[in-house]
Parts: sequence; C-alpha cells; structure tokens
Amino acid sequence: MNKVLLIAEHDGRHLNPATAKTVSCAAALGDVEITIAVFGRDLAAVGAEAAALAGATRVQLFDDAGFAPPLAAVLAPAIAAQAPQYTHVFAPSTTFGKDLLPRVAALLDVPAVSDIMAVESPRRFRRPIYAGNAILTVEVADAPMVVGTVRTASFDAAPATGSAAVEAMGVSAPAVAHSRVVSQAEAQQGRPDLQTARRVVSGGRALGSAEKFQLVQQLADVLGAAVGASRAAVDAGFASSDLQVGQTGKIIAPELYIALGFSGASQHLTGIKDARTIVAINKDGEAPIFESADIGLVGDIFELVPQLQAALQSRASR
Amino acid sequence: MKRILVGIKRVVDYNVRIRVKPDNTGVVTDGVKLSINPFDEIALEEALRLKERGAADEVVVVSIGPADVQAQLRTALAMGADRALLVATDAPVEPLDAAKLLLKLVEREQPFLVLLGKQAIDDDNNQTGQMLAALWDRPQATFASKVEIAGDALRVTREVDAGLETVEVDLPAVVTTDLRLNEPRYVKLPEIIKAKKKPLETLDPAALGVAPRERVKALRYEAPAVRSRGVRVKDVAELVAQLESRGLI
Repeated sequence: MNKVLLIAEHDGRHLNPATAKTVSCAAALGDVEITIAVFGRDLAAVGAEAAALAGATRVQLFDDAGFAPPLAAVLAPAIAAQAPQYTHVFAPSTTFGKDLLPRVAALLDVPAVSDIMAVESPRRFRRPIYAGNAILTVEVADAPMVVGTVRTASFDAAPATGSAAVEAMGVSAPAVAHSRVVSQAEAQQGRPDLQTARRVVSGGRALGSAEKFQLVQQLADVLGAAVGASRAAVDAGFASSDLQVGQTGKIIAPELYIALGFSGASQHLTGIKDARTIVAINKDGEAPIFESADIGLVGDIFELVPQLQAALQSRASR
Repeated sequence: MKRILVGIKRVVDYNVRIRVKPDNTGVVTDGVKLSINPFDEIALEEALRLKERGAADEVVVVSIGPADVQAQLRTALAMGADRALLVATDAPVEPLDAAKLLLKLVEREQPFLVLLGKQAIDDDNNQTGQMLAALWDRPQATFASKVEIAGDALRVTREVDAGLETVEVDLPAVVTTDLRLNEPRYVKLPEIIKAKKKPLETLDPAALGVAPRERVKALRYEAPAVRSRGVRVKDVAELVAQLESRGLI
C-alpha cells in the first residue's frame, strides 16, 4: 500500500487550492492512504477544509507558533521526522513546495522529483524539462521513498465531499534561530487568485504602460477573471511580478485564457499549455501566439477590447 | 577572507530550440550552443556587485561537469570572478550529489555566502540550493529578487506566488536567484584575455569523498503534445459567438 504524507499549503485562514490538486496526484498512485499534514498556528479552519478533501484518509495538525509563518528551515526537519512512516512525501510545486521539499529530501538523503505532471506507477512519473519543451519520464530507482512536488496545473482539484478525521499532533516546532520572516506577501484582495482562477485575462508588452494595463483589469472585471502578465510586461513595469505567467512565473490551467497583445514567447506558452481554451488578440497576425491559440482575433487591442467588454456587458444585462 | 562561492552550471543556451532525439534517449546537444545557466549568471553578477561594494573580498566560481566546462568557467572569470574550481565528471550529477559536492567545497573554502541560480534551465529541478542548505544546516533564501547585507545577516526579498516576501537569514547562508535580481554585465575583450591567467583548479569527485550515483533514472524523453490548430475570427461578434458556443461565457 502507498502511504502519502501530503504537506498542505495555506495562508492561515484558507487552504491554498493547490493542495486539493496535489491530493488528486496522490490518489493517482492507487491503493493509497493520504495523510494531509498542516503546519501553522490556530489551524481549526484550515484543518476542516483539508478534512473535506475527498481522498484524504486523515488530517494531522502541527500547531505551533514556530511553524507560522512557514520557513523551510523549520518545517523540513519536522516533516523529515514524520517521513519514515510513509512511502511518498508530496507538496504542490508552488514557491512554498519548491522551497520546502528539496530541503526535506536532503535531510532524508533521498532524491526529489520536481513538477510531477502524471503518475505512471508509484515510482514512475512524467515531468516537464527545458521549460516544457520536452517531457521526461523518470523512475525513482535507488531511494527508500519518493519525495516529489506536484505540478498543480496537471491535476483537477479533489472535490470537497470528504470527511477525514482530524488529529492534533502536539509536535513542537524545531528551534531555529537563524532565519526570520520580516514581511509576508499580501494576497491581492477582491480578485480571483491567478493560480487557481477559472478565467484569466493576461496582458503583454503591447499594452505599452502601467496605465494602459488597466485595459486588462477592466476586461478581467467583466469576466470575473484573474489578471496575468507576460514576463516582458512585468520587466517593463506594467504589472507586478506576482502576476507573471510562464516558465519563470506561474504555470496555470484556467478554462479560459485571454491573451492581449502577446507575441507568444515559448517561455510564456509553457505557462499556459494546460489552459482549456486560449484566446489571442494581437494586431500582428504572424505572432507565434496564434499558433497556440484556440481562437484568434487579429486587430488593435485598444479598439477590440472595449468592444468585447461592451458586448459582454450587454449580454450580461440581457 | 570574506568569500562568496557561486555555482555555475553549463546548459544548452536559452535561445536554442530544444529538439528531442528520435530515439527518445535525450535532447539534441550535438553542435548546439552551450552557455552558463542564466540564473547562475545572475548569481555571479550579484556576487561581483557585493564584492564591488566591499561586502566580500573574493568571488570563487565552481562548476560540476565535463572537462570542457572550463570554457564557461573562463567566461565567469572574465565577468570578474577571482578563481574557479571544476569538479570534473562526465557522468550526469543529480541535485543531491551536486549538493554533497558543493558542501565539500564549502567546507574547504569557508564562504560566508553561497549564491546559486534557483534552477537550471535544462532539467528545471530547482533543488540544489535547498539541498545544500539542508546538508550544511544553514539558512536558505530562495527566489531572491533583492539581497542586502545587514551586519551578520542578510535581508532577502523573495519572489513567492503571492508577491514579495522578505526574510532575514544569519550568515553563512545559501541564496538562490530569481530573474529580477539584476542584469548581468557583458564581458569585455580585455577581461577575456586577463581571465586566461586567473587560477582554475580541477578536482576529482572521488577525492572529495562523493561518489555520484543514479538515484532517479531518466527513462524516456518526448516532445510535448501539440495543441490542435485553432480558428481565426474576424471580429468581436464572432469571438463572442465562439465563446458562447463553447460554454465559456
């Protein structure tokens, strides 16, 4: 039987949706028992959300002030201490999971598998390399257990129909004095999270300025969508770095992705490969983005986007 | 001596269009341009700036790879590194063994800071820095977009999914670099000539007491699935009709 220790990601109030997707990856191992470990402080609400994930066998709460905010140097030894009871340790391949799991693996003297996108067998996985320009099948051959991060865009979220038991673990955080969180990132308020939104409207370099980037935000508001940006748009200062979509930013899989004024650099396309429908609007009909788009419209975004906005608004009021 | 150790990995240049070999045993690297991993170049640039600001006395670059990785190390020396170490091996080295080898060099060189790229753009693992920090039992600050020395500590701004986070870590520490940390300098011709005289030491992994082995087998390389060709619409009305027919709005 496969026994998975799955590290939950959360912000202290809610579970990050990446966790539910990681559960689906763990379930794909087959013949599996999934233990979701939640590290932090005052974990009742987050623990309840984790317990509702279908497929979870149990939820363990590691409630200690030392675990909040989470630091890899503190969490890793605590996770490594639990790990020998399991066949697999999984976390989402977010900045949280990528920072944490290699540190856990090294403490256990085992390798780590990054960005699992498909499970072929309990020790065989597919993962993207070269910015998604090649897919590699790997087998964890010489290690007592599998430690891996899960590319969440490749898995559907486990539904919230379960009712796993919740246990308080009474484990204290290891004393680590050498690392301190000075300030934490504030999640954007009032807009869906880019990583998990069903719809995303994204802007490229052609937007031209931070003021004009509001065009992207306005269309996103009409659609109830999250906002994204290309690396070029972020580097030019039109949008903040947490909005960057692509190999070096966020890899996302929304149902609808609308790319405004994008050339379609391969590093960006890597970030949206799993989007169900890609719409591209760009005045250059030869732009590579059209090769990847399901629906393409050639024209000036500054004319077409307000038209689209008006059409969607009048449709909504119909 | 206040020393910074910088890791350099040789990778297929980021401008090269990657092709999978027809027999699925790897990607084509014959006759392809090879360069310093871009994130490692950023790590080196940051180390050089710290030295220029007087925060360090020496910048040592280290690579693990075949003997001809010397070429990339010479480029690093031309950028401004003071000396280079090459752990010479023809076998692929997984992140855990790379971290073990780096730890041996850390013990030898006693740096106050190790700067590495957050990931190499070939295998995209994003593991070595975190693993080195674990084995060394020192702090890590990954995805750095700003690095400031604050006495015996380092204040690092990290690019995390939710935005920017700031951590303070005591030195020595491992920092891995993200794209926006800096823009690496161009190498000037006189520097390339000068770099030929800078020390480059070759080391044997066995002599360092590490025997790299294959823990994770690479079974098969494939090209990614291609999206089927989409449709072109002529105006906004057609676009809205398409979105409606697909149940997207």
